[in-house]
Formats: sequence, structure tokens, C-alpha cells
Amino acid sequence: MLEINNLHVKLEDEDKQILKGLSLTVEPGSVHAIMGPNGSGKSTLSYVLSGRDGYEVTDGTATLDGEDLLDAEPEERAARGLFLAFQYPVEIPGVGNMTFLRTALNAQRKARGEAEISSGDFLKLVRAKAKDLKIDAEMLKRPVNVGFSGGEKKRNEILQMAMLEPKMCILDETDSGLDVDAMKLVSDGVNALRAPDRAFLVITHYQRLLDHIKPDVVHIMAAGRIVKSGGPELALEVEKNGYADILAEVQA
Amino acid sequence: MTTAAAKSPRAARREARQASTAAYLETLTLPEGPAWLTGLRKDAMSRVAELTLPDRRDEYWGYTNPERLIAQEVRAAEVFRITDEPPMYQGIDRLKLVFTDGVFDAEASDSLEGEGLEITRLAEAGDIHWAKDLYGALEAKGQKPVARPLAALNTAQARDGVLIRVTGKVSRPVSLAYYRKSESATAVLHHVVKLEAGAELTLLENGPVAARSSMCLEAEIGDGAVLHHVRTMGRDHERKGVTNLFARVGKGGLFKSFSLSMNGRLMRNEAMVWLTGEGGSAHLAGAAMGDGTFHHDDTVFIAHEAPGCESRQVYKKVLRDGAVGVFQGKILVEQAAQLTDGYQLSQSLLMDENCQFLAKPELEIYADNVKCSHGSTSGEISPDHMFYLRSRGVSEEEAKLLLVLAFLAETLDEISNDHIAEDMRLRLRRWLEKHSH
Repeated sequence: MLEINNLHVKLEDEDKQILKGLSLTVEPGSVHAIMGPNGSGKSTLSYVLSGRDGYEVTDGTATLDGEDLLDAEPEERAARGLFLAFQYPVEIPGVGNMTFLRTALNAQRKARGEAEISSGDFLKLVRAKAKDLKIDAEMLKRPVNVGFSGGEKKRNEILQMAMLEPKMCILDETDSGLDVDAMKLVSDGVNALRAPDRAFLVITHYQRLLDHIKPDVVHIMAAGRIVKSGGPELALEVEKNGYADILAEVQA
Repeated sequence: MTTAAAKSPRAARREARQASTAAYLETLTLPEGPAWLTGLRKDAMSRVAELTLPDRRDEYWGYTNPERLIAQEVRAAEVFRITDEPPMYQGIDRLKLVFTDGVFDAEASDSLEGEGLEITRLAEAGDIHWAKDLYGALEAKGQKPVARPLAALNTAQARDGVLIRVTGKVSRPVSLAYYRKSESATAVLHHVVKLEAGAELTLLENGPVAARSSMCLEAEIGDGAVLHHVRTMGRDHERKGVTNLFARVGKGGLFKSFSLSMNGRLMRNEAMVWLTGEGGSAHLAGAAMGDGTFHHDDTVFIAHEAPGCESRQVYKKVLRDGAVGVFQGKILVEQAAQLTDGYQLSQSLLMDENCQFLAKPELEIYADNVKCSHGSTSGEISPDHMFYLRSRGVSEEEAKLLLVLAFLAETLDEISNDHIAEDMRLRLRRWLEKHSH
């Protein structure tokens, strides 16, 4: 589904290489986790895949279902089924959460040549999905993420994911700032979306999220590359011994 | 003995200005009318002569050159017809009064009657006792602390307008619609509204008025009375004009004014409000947007003269491609006005690097127990906001539109009538869609 090959990325305004030959293949239906120390390039990877400005791809490719991702506008990537759950969801005063959700859903439908959703169907859908994530009507009425707690923001990200039904979901440190209960809610939301034709790339610092969202493959990222891949046991090893042992082993 | 050489340069400049103002006034004739009105017009002429016409060297006109608002020669401006959108205030039951090229158009207007209302055309004003005390009175009061000679000139020269006395709670808005047919006509309109204690009115204004216009509105808002005022000017590119709004708010009274402006080469919207009775409120808001040769100036002065009053100023501008936005806003709190709650916000959204936002927010406070805040900022659309919306599939164009609307939303919150607010919201969206390319 998602195929990244030898990806090299630098900052646009600075002579600073962040990704240095990253390769990764995510198959439909699978959950891949990426772990790694601070500064290893995890968030950059998520931003480059979703099309944020400020980065320059100097080499390599990234495709979604065989089609190039890196030249597409962010909204085209979204319409093709890519979704990034932000580490720091943005507050947008003046734009209502409901308006935002509906505009996004209809924009993607339009881009795919589908009809707009009716107001009635939209309301039904958003209420059902919000209920599962314990998002109340008040939160839906407020401006996007404004006045939301950290946990509410993350739940709102998962609500957007549930509404837009993307096929490739990237979760960038979705567990940061969550207490145990919120982590459970968010994980349940993600697990409910697991499907044979949908894949997840879960970026995290800690193993604990992976207790809830069970990965098929775990990658360790360091200095802009994936240095080791393995099963869920790799995450446990990190949790127990930290990154130092693995990095030393790779460098040896 | 004084000679020209002995005069101070300042006195010489003043004399020169008085002379050129006198020469200018000599070219004007007073409109015909009843003796009381002629008297008030003459008084206004004397005020102009004394104050002298505005000059770009005046501090008060530092950001907006008044020259083209005064020049004898008025450049013709193409009549801009809006044919691609529903008429203004459609579906809102209202008493409609039409002015075409600045002249009352009886045929196109509803009859001047409504429950709780006395409406008279200025050009046909007979012996109207209540208007005698008010016509030009607030304008004259508003010459301090800052001179507003263009308003006095309006009082002297206005040939038409309406005098409205409101004696009850009127639910049906009075709507002043301005149409243009002539490319060269100028318009000088002067309206007076008096709300008796406890009365209520919604006053709507819309339309392009004339190639050049001067509009004055004096509103006396009695104790516990409420005046909602909504004004829209848009999408005509060549509009030039000045509006002067004077409102005196009595005890527990409320004045709300909202202006929506799009395009226009030169607009100066002045407002002067006095809160003279305990517990009075004034909310003034404006959303303006334009590009290229757009120059829009909001100059607002709110005087708190009584204790426990509240005022809000919320002004936002969206500027593109060389447009200029001006905001001069002042809150004056007199010594008697303890427990004043004053708020002022002026912001601009710069869509590119060629635009200018010139702001002069001021507070002048003589009471010691008050709450006053003001803030003025200008910035661009946040790239983080843009990316967030686009990452969800929203196109770049739609994302920009959403964020511009979001920026202006706070001004629309100042409209009390939900139908009108919704009409404004839809119109704003439509205008932005048409002008975003």
C-alpha cells in the first residue's frame, strides 16, 4: 500500500539532512510501528508523506497504491486516502468543528467524483462516530480544537479519521499527552477502524500505546533511517533496555 | 500694526486655510427648505468656515488624504450593477426607502408609515418640532475634541435624507436602499433618527449611493432605547465617500452598528458615540475587504460620560494586492464614568506583502475604576492552519476562504438579528468567492 524507497529529505531553508535513505513497505491490513529517539526524523517522515511545506526531497520515492505521493498537493493525498493524525492538532478559531468535518468530507468526496453527503446523513454519521469517542455535542459545536484539552484534541483527530475513512493512516505520537483512560479511548477508536484494506503507521516513543494498538511490524528509526525491523517483541526490548543497545548493535 | 511678514507661520497657514475654505464655500448654495432648517444649515456653514476643510497635514487625516473627498471636480465612476446575486436583505420583511443618485425615490419606496414610526423626508420637512432640536446638533457636538468639517459640510449641504422618530418597539426594520443610475452624480444625505425612551428600531443601509457620497446619520437613543444599525457597501470598485455617524445613548440604552464593506477606492467611515446615561452600551463593528486601489478608513471615537457603561469596537480588514486599511479608534473615559467596560480590537489579514494596515488605537482615561483593553494586530493566514485543513482534503482555495471567513466572524457576532447576520455571512462568502482570484 505505502511504499517508501531510499527517501532523502532536507529542510528547505537550512542545509540540514533529516531523512537519509529511508525505506519502508506497509501492506494493506497491517499495523506498522515506528519507534526511535528524539530527532531521528519520525515526525519529518509524517509531514513529508502528508505534504507539509518546508521540506525538500533530495532523493528517493514514496508511493500510495503505486502512485507517486511526493508531487501531489496535500489535499490530493488526502483524497487518495492518506491521513495524518497530528502530534499537535492545530486550533482554528472561527471555524466550527462541524463545518470543518463536513467541508473536509465533501471535498474528498468531490475529488473522488462522489456526490456530497446530505445534511441529515452527515449529522447522523458524525453523532454516531462522536459517541464512540465520547465526544459530546458541545465539542462538535466549538471551533476546531479551540479550548480542547490535550486528550480531546487527540480524540478529535481520531473522529476525523473515522469520518474520512482513509486507507493509509499515520498516527504521529498520538499517545503524547494522554492519560491512561484517554489512551484506551483513542486506541479503541483506532482498533475499530482496522480493516483488511486499511493500514496504519503508528509513530511513538513508548511501547505502552502498542499494548493497545497491536503492531504487526516494529521499526526502529535513528538518524533518518530505519535501522532495525522486527515483530512486537522489538518494542518490548526498547521499553526494557532503551535505544542505546539497539543502536550500538546496529553500528557494530 | 501687523504685517504679513510679522505673522507666525502657523497663523499664516491658518489664514490661508480659512481663505481657501471661504472660497470653496462661496461656490456652494444652500438647499431650499423651511426657515428652521435654513438656519441650521447656515450655522453648519459657519462651522465649516471656522473649522476649515480637512487637509492631509491634519493629524486626524494622516492616513487618508481627504483631497478627493472635497475636490470640486468629481470623477465619473462607472455604475456597477450586481446582477449575479440575490438582492440585499431578501426575505426580510422591511420598510424600504429608496434613494436613487442621492434623491428620494417615492415610486420605488414603501409609504412612509409604520406603527411606532414617524418618517419625514428631509427635502419635504415642514415644521417638525422634534427634528429642530436634533438636526446638526449631534454633529455640532461631535466637533470636539476633534474637528469633523466634512460632517458639518454635510449638515449644510444635504438636500435629502429621512427624519425618523421612533415611539415604540418597531419589529419591522427600516431599510435605506441606495441605487445609482448616473455615472457622475454626487450625493449628500443626512438622516436623523430619534428613539424615544424604551423604543427600538433596526435601521438597514445598503447600496452604492453615488460616484461620490457624503452620508451623515445622527441618532438620539433615549433611555432604555435600542438602535441596531447594519450598513453594507459592496462590490463596486470606484466608490468614494465619507460617512459620519453620531449617536448619543441614554441611560440603559443600546446602540449596535455593523458595517460590511467590499471594494471602494476611498471610504472614510467615522463614528462618534457618547454614552451619557448609566448602564448604556455601544457596540461598533466593521468587516472590510478589498484589493488593489482599495482604501478604507474606520475612524471611531467612543466617549464614556456616565458610570457603568460598556463599549466594544471590533474592526477587521482583509487586504490584498496593494490595498490600504486604516483604523483610528479611541475610547475616552471621563472622570464620572467609573466602572466603564471598554474593549477595542482592530485587526487586519494581509493576503500578500504589498498591503498596508495603518492603525492608531488610543485610550484616554480620567476615571480610576475602569476596565479597558485594546489590541491591534496584522498578520497573514497561518500556514499551520492552511496545512491542517488541506491535510484533511480541503482545497487550497476553500481553506483560504474558510480562514478568511473565520477571521471576520467575530465582527458578525455583533449583529443581533440572526436572519440579518446569516444574510451577511452568506453575502460575505459570496463576495469573497468572487474576488479571491
